[in-house]
Amino acid sequence: MSNENVLLSIKDLHASVEEKNIIKGLNLEIKPGEVHAIMGPNGAGKSTLGYVLSGREGYEVDSGSVSLGGEDLFDMETEERARAGLFLAFQYPVEIPGVSNLEFLKASVDATREANGEEAITSADFLKQAKEACKKVNLPVSFLKRGVNEGFSGGEKKRNELMQMLLLKPKLCILDETDSGLDIDALQVVAEGVNSQRSDERSFIVVTHYQRLLDYIKPDYVHVLSDGKIVKSGDASLALELEAQGYSWLQTEPAEDELEG
Amino acid sequence: MTEQIDKALAREYEAGFVSEIESDTFEPGLNEDVIRRLSQIKGEPEWMLDWRLKAFRVWQEMEEPDWAHVDYPKIDFQAIAYYSAPKSMQDKPKSLDEVDPELLRTYEKLGIPLIEQQMLAGVAVDAVFDSVSVVTTFRDKLEEAGVIFCPISEALHKYPELVKQYLGSVVPTKDNYYAALNCAVFTDGSFVYIPKGTRCPMELSTYFRINEQNTGQFERTLIIADEGSYVSYLEGCTAPQRDENQLHAAVVELVAMDDAEIKYSTVQNWYPGDEEGKGGIYNFVTKRGICHTNAKISWTQVETGSAVTWKYPSCVLKGDNSVGEFYSVALTRGRQQADTGTKMIHLGKNTRSTIISKGISAGKSNNSYRGLVRMNPGAKGARNFTQCDSLLIGDQCGAHTFPYVESRNPSAIIEHEATTSKVSDEQMFLCQQRGLDPEKAVSMIVNGFCKEVFKELPMEFAVEAGKLLEISLEGSVG
Repeated sequence: MSNENVLLSIKDLHASVEEKNIIKGLNLEIKPGEVHAIMGPNGAGKSTLGYVLSGREGYEVDSGSVSLGGEDLFDMETEERARAGLFLAFQYPVEIPGVSNLEFLKASVDATREANGEEAITSADFLKQAKEACKKVNLPVSFLKRGVNEGFSGGEKKRNELMQMLLLKPKLCILDETDSGLDIDALQVVAEGVNSQRSDERSFIVVTHYQRLLDYIKPDYVHVLSDGKIVKSGDASLALELEAQGYSWLQTEPAEDELEG
Repeated sequence: MTEQIDKALAREYEAGFVSEIESDTFEPGLNEDVIRRLSQIKGEPEWMLDWRLKAFRVWQEMEEPDWAHVDYPKIDFQAIAYYSAPKSMQDKPKSLDEVDPELLRTYEKLGIPLIEQQMLAGVAVDAVFDSVSVVTTFRDKLEEAGVIFCPISEALHKYPELVKQYLGSVVPTKDNYYAALNCAVFTDGSFVYIPKGTRCPMELSTYFRINEQNTGQFERTLIIADEGSYVSYLEGCTAPQRDENQLHAAVVELVAMDDAEIKYSTVQNWYPGDEEGKGGIYNFVTKRGICHTNAKISWTQVETGSAVTWKYPSCVLKGDNSVGEFYSVALTRGRQQADTGTKMIHLGKNTRSTIISKGISAGKSNNSYRGLVRMNPGAKGARNFTQCDSLLIGDQCGAHTFPYVESRNPSAIIEHEATTSKVSDEQMFLCQQRGLDPEKAVSMIVNGFCKEVFKELPMEFAVEAGKLLEISLEGSVG
């Protein structure tokens, strides 16, 4: 069934939250190394897609199939999907007081290593990698000792997410509206971090409402999600078109809250 | 989510085994004859017996307290046996070679090897099994430093003047119902004396084990730190898994003379009962220390066991500039109930106290913090800071805070902060999305919540406490 050259294959996916259908027949194929942008109005199901793929509780799959690297994604627990290389960068990263970033990140990295039959990384090696990652995302090294996201500003939280991505080296990164709440400087830092991670072995789904982020992260494909389905796909130029014309010309029926700005 | 956390919380009580040891145990029941027999077996001096009998008469006049936020059936004090000792201990073994190997195995199974070569360097242990002390390690080394560390029953013979002077000096017989009972029937416990200007060269530790059925454990600990001395003392405790409730009513007294410092740490892991609340230990304990001028007493406790806990380690800050500290983690799950906290009584000038309490409630448990901060008229310039945090796991448990503040000196400053939070779905999802299984996620979140208290524990113990929480939260997932 699965094509070796496909990392993620979504077939006719239907999913709901609190018994309300949100994803209504979504198809998407992503090959290794590709960057796909998913755009669309509020309420189109953009964030839901990320949660369904990563296995958040309360996000129910009604029908359809998804494979990641040839494996049935829905056969895996949330943490198994993560260890298999699926990474979700949160729109609003949550705080875990008292648990240091370093401790949290090492546990994450070790969980993935263990799943791959590798030994836990030594503390010294990990500290070295973590310090390098801090530098790349422009976070002071002192953040490693602070509680996970504890008292971080919005921008710092996003950079912290990026740092986790650098250390976990996932195969598929889903960036859920990473641009929200970022000023232009912070946006550039995040985009540079993402760009530095682009490779033949890593694919991205960049979920965003605005074209702005795509000035910095150039997608290979742009998809427009509306009412739970992909209604149009194209190359990077589609994003510019959307910027100029808005989403309404693509919508089959108006979304609840139309474009706000 | 709740289901996941519940799974993660389900656990086996690892210390729940019973040792096959032949014991001499009193018939259940309590009267003056029982106390006389107890005193006789221990070969106590006359004044000790009188002291016990006086306490017994006081206790009979007292009422069982009911103000704590806990609920349990009335205890039948006549159904409890008040003394139980392994037969092999009758001849008072002089060295480890003479100790019943089954007893040594019991402690080894609990992770407390009593063979000195296998022990953590730097920790001396007094092992108390039911009503007697089995062995106290590293005594020679401590004697060299002038430190006395021995069972209190032995101290009564060897150092009667010290015991007589300080026993009951911090917790008077009439203090409360369970303290009075303890005064009448206490069996064994540890005695510590640190001479003037001495820094105790090792950590001292007592490990309490209840083994026999239907017995109560009534231990008594007395620690005296003479002027300018320092000691760090740890206690741990476990009991077999049984369907009947068992009573543990201890009294601990600390005396910190001028410029002395006592650090007292507890990891309490008595059998908590099963998921439905059947069995488990009633842990009714009175702990108090007195601080003379410039002295400091620091209580740190990690409470994960017992069906019902009723415990308020306190400091009487009598001397000027003395310092009292209380750091507590109390975890309740299943049907456990804990009512715990502290009392800081400020008498002297410029006395200072700090209270950090972390309560974690899961399952259908109830966890209460109860604390008193009192500034007496003489407590000029005294200060207190209290921080009380509650963490709820699931939606069927309770967390309660009962702070009492009494200030009779206008120059005293009292601060109280309190928070209540939950292990949220978002936190669990973040952890799992980063590859952590739910068990690891819960234990990491809980450990993070407790960090401020764990850092106060001696190092060997901090690791142990972290592990204990992990075991407490470990479940059948996978």
